[in-house]
Amino acid sequence: MIFTIARREIITMFLSPLAWVILGVIQVVLGFMFLSLLDNYAILQPQLMRLENTPGVTDIVVAPLFQLAAIILLMIMPLITMRTFAEEKRNKTLTLLISSPLSMTEIVLGKFLGLFLFVFFLVSLLMLMPLSLYMGTALDTGKLVSIYLSMLLLLSSFAAIGLYLSSLTDNQTIAAVSTFGALLMLWIIDWVGETAGGGQNVAAYLSILRHHQSMLEGVFNFSDLAYYLILITTFLVLTIRQLDRDRLL
Amino acid sequence: MDSTALVAVENLSRYYQKNCAIDQLSFSLQAGEVLGFLGPNGAGKSTTMQVITGNLAPSEGRVIINGFDIIESPRQAKQHIGYLPEHPPIYREATVDEYLKYCAKLRRVEHGSIANAMEESKSHCGLNEVGHRLIANLSKGYQQRVGIAQAIIHNPAVVILDEPTVGLDPIQIREIRSLIKTLGAERSVILSTHILSEVQASCDRVLIIREGKLIYSASIETLKNYRNKHSITAAFNNPPPIEQLEAIGLIEQVESIDNNRFRLSFNSDSPAESLVQVSVEKKWGLFELVPDHASLEDLFIELTQDENAGVDSAEAEG
Repeated sequence: MIFTIARREIITMFLSPLAWVILGVIQVVLGFMFLSLLDNYAILQPQLMRLENTPGVTDIVVAPLFQLAAIILLMIMPLITMRTFAEEKRNKTLTLLISSPLSMTEIVLGKFLGLFLFVFFLVSLLMLMPLSLYMGTALDTGKLVSIYLSMLLLLSSFAAIGLYLSSLTDNQTIAAVSTFGALLMLWIIDWVGETAGGGQNVAAYLSILRHHQSMLEGVFNFSDLAYYLILITTFLVLTIRQLDRDRLL
Repeated sequence: MDSTALVAVENLSRYYQKNCAIDQLSFSLQAGEVLGFLGPNGAGKSTTMQVITGNLAPSEGRVIINGFDIIESPRQAKQHIGYLPEHPPIYREATVDEYLKYCAKLRRVEHGSIANAMEESKSHCGLNEVGHRLIANLSKGYQQRVGIAQAIIHNPAVVILDEPTVGLDPIQIREIRSLIKTLGAERSVILSTHILSEVQASCDRVLIIREGKLIYSASIETLKNYRNKHSITAAFNNPPPIEQLEAIGLIEQVESIDNNRFRLSFNSDSPAESLVQVSVEKKWGLFELVPDHASLEDLFIELTQDENAGVDSAEAEG
């Protein structure tokens, strides 16, 4: 049942030009960044040769590329998640799901799985860029896997937050703007730590940036994994509760 | 409440904040019955249907569908319901076939019988020719049919239709009504509307609600009898004096409408036959003879405005 809903989500996404435009624009922009990072590396390479324990191409090209990708996708993900519930509420098609013999959990998980599959497709496309480097050089495969995982977890968290905010309204623009605000806050929350003394550690742990950063460097911590999983679960549970609440109003 | 009822609504109340939309509503629906749900705008028809189908939670009371409580075991209860809301929940960007297939899967129709279920509901709703077309490109009438098709695709015991003929042209309305008749032969149907003639055309029993309260409940036959006034209008080319008309048996009272027309009141049996005979004998030139009906609107207004309309007396018959 979850797969049925997820499949419908994916089909709906690709029936509108939005998904194609988003995929295309991200590829072009990141492709350009990838090339300029490569250029940069070509200039740096002679100097790096002389050092010991030099950072490799994975550190100098791939990690910064996905750092940038995360920031761009922070702006783009709200556009992908905004329609999930808001559009169905506006078009009154949510009734179809709610009057079918499905639990709210199945509906929310179906929607989330649809978003996850889109994210999976998107990140896999992006990974083709660093993978193309295999033609000319050796890459740190362990780090690549860590980066890939980090991107999936990061974007799934974005998706869960967007899903929840989309369930709060029947207006897609409001869903997108509030999701963007929430993601940005989560990104910059550790700035607090630099000025105020107390709560520094908490703010740093809450910041999604820190977790992404350490996984980009190839450090795989279970606390990072736990962070993402808790974030995703929390927002999915909130979405389920929100749908239940809608029936009481 | 009757335990054999397919749908049992018990003391249902529903508040929007302090606003009471449904007030202690109770009724039941037997298998094979078409129930008309009638009321002016804002009477609580749609709210009641949303509560029955689990789209809104009731503030008080219970809804039992085929033995399953809609709140306690929603999945089993919803399996027996097909629901067409006021706005058909259709995906405009899908084709009719894609959409119906999706609905069949959502309703847990077994994989092997999906194609069959689709065929059946499409031919029921006259959608065979438009299966490959985008729903967005279909006319409003066809979109409404797609909405009905999704409601019956899983062969539910109860079909709930919320104002299915709103915004359709007369031909489409007639088609939808005959479709409802067909549905009523195999399943139980609850139909909401504010158009009385629609109830008359398709329902076995009618409930009239106003401000969330049940004010009238009766079989359609009772409603029809209620409609018939005991009078006919007759028109003559050579109108006779009123006394001669009054002299004809069964006629109680004669009222002149214009030079040629008269309204003839009677008690129980119609005087039409003897009137025609006398008219021929005396060469009055009868050219028009029409039984009078209370207009449906009159009746509706009477029922929905009169506080003491007969729930009690009618309940016994329903």
